Amino acid sequence: MRFRQLVITVTLAWLALFVLAPHILVLLTSLLSPDTQQLASYPFTMQSYTRLWEPVYASAFWQSFWLSLLTTVICLLIGYPFAWTLARLPKLPRALLLFLMMVPFWTNSLIRTYAIKLILGAKGLINSTLLSLGLIDTPLQLLYTPFAVIFGLVYILLPFMVLPLVTTFSKLDNRLLEAARDLGATPWQRFVQVILPLSMPGVIAGSLIVFLPAMGMFYVSDLLGGAKNLLLGNIIKNQFLVVRDWPFGAALSITLIVLMGLLLWFYVQANRRINRQGGLDDNAL
Amino acid sequence: MITPFKWSLVGLVFVYLYLPIAILVINSFNESKYGFEWKGFSLRWYEKLWHNDALMQAFTNSLLIATLAATAATVIGTLMALAVYRYQFRMKKLATGLLFVVLMSPDIVLAITFLVIFIVLGIHLGFWSLLISHITFCLPFVVITVYAQLKGFDRNLLEAARDLGAGEWRSFRTIVLPLVMPAVIAGWLLSFTLSLDDVIISTFVTGPGFEILPIRVYSMVKIGVSPEVNVLATLLLALSLILVMIAALLGRVRRKW
Repeated sequence: MRFRQLVITVTLAWLALFVLAPHILVLLTSLLSPDTQQLASYPFTMQSYTRLWEPVYASAFWQSFWLSLLTTVICLLIGYPFAWTLARLPKLPRALLLFLMMVPFWTNSLIRTYAIKLILGAKGLINSTLLSLGLIDTPLQLLYTPFAVIFGLVYILLPFMVLPLVTTFSKLDNRLLEAARDLGATPWQRFVQVILPLSMPGVIAGSLIVFLPAMGMFYVSDLLGGAKNLLLGNIIKNQFLVVRDWPFGAALSITLIVLMGLLLWFYVQANRRINRQGGLDDNAL
Repeated sequence: MITPFKWSLVGLVFVYLYLPIAILVINSFNESKYGFEWKGFSLRWYEKLWHNDALMQAFTNSLLIATLAATAATVIGTLMALAVYRYQFRMKKLATGLLFVVLMSPDIVLAITFLVIFIVLGIHLGFWSLLISHITFCLPFVVITVYAQLKGFDRNLLEAARDLGAGEWRSFRTIVLPLVMPAVIAGWLLSFTLSLDDVIISTFVTGPGFEILPIRVYSMVKIGVSPEVNVLATLLLALSLILVMIAALLGRVRRKW
């Protein structure tokens, strides 16, 4: 029985010490007063949360929200038909293509972001191609724009959209599609009334794991967006590592956690509804 | 039905995914410093990287952290998967909930929770803080991989072992572990990749005494073009490909048994 005890103790101790306690501490920090000497101090206050409503932060939050949302939508628009095509392939080529999709992800994501910088820069691949084709006379300003940030975010996060979608599509019961066809549904009707509703768990799961990380990827915004602090991650990083206002940085993180909780709740609810209607199981994640 | 339209979409997505990587790899052999203009094959950037002590140090540090973190995460994660699969205990729901939190939390949130706990516990920022945080964010991936394999196996084997007098440790070592080995190896490889790929968490928990790759690269690429970074990208890619081939070979050997 000693082995059993050891396994359970290690599990609980590690998670309590390095996951549960840190989260509680961040929550506590967000309620403390800022203190440049000791990072945070008493008394407890809601000050950091009320500061979230200051126009400069509220607008930054919205900006980050929209950039991440746009990234998610673009990932979905590219990833959905891509995943559908992959899922319809026989098992072996499908596994091979999924594998090939993951290969670029073995280089550090910072290095990949740097590669995007090389493509979008004034002397980059796109501009030099367009210039040599004579389509433009002066280089386009692609780098250091919100466009560049979205380009980079989509590049890094696309596979996280594709994977849950492929899982969902491969579980889709073909007989439902055949039934719809036999009953005279047009391709469009089959898509809207059968495929789309049944793939919702994959859509939501993929959107979650694209949207939430996108808000935090400060290095993408730093390298591709210039010093404009476009993402929530940049603000959090500045509060912790530069300005050293830990309570405010913690309050921003708690806001992100609450947002995550809401979205997860929404995901579980949507899954339940689909399950009740006799669709897929909830293993899309 | 796969139409030409869909094939061109698949093709375009792969171009999008591979073009940036291809540019890095090709440029790592390019004599010219400012890419896009091929001035002949050259290994001078490889040589330059070799002599760039700070960057080489960061590279070996990163490999060290990735190896240690992946190994520790695999050991602890396998035990956690076993705990969740096999044992009933108090706060089991909490444990799985916490693993889910780590899995779903954006890196930036995890990064802050790690930073705060290290400061409160007085753990020096550097080697240990990096190692502990990398182990922790890899854990749920190992648990999921190993748990999935455990779920697919025959519980009667464990019953039989117990009837024959094997203790928990012995049945784990002689029955469970060999059967889940493919998942354990997969978990290690996944953790190794995740650790090498991480930027956000490392940025927060790194210290002046122990520098790893993303921090070093960050300061290089913020300023301008650095050909050594191309070389690093190529080496990392080659390393990963070798690891995957080893994994595939191991898989084939296992199937032959």
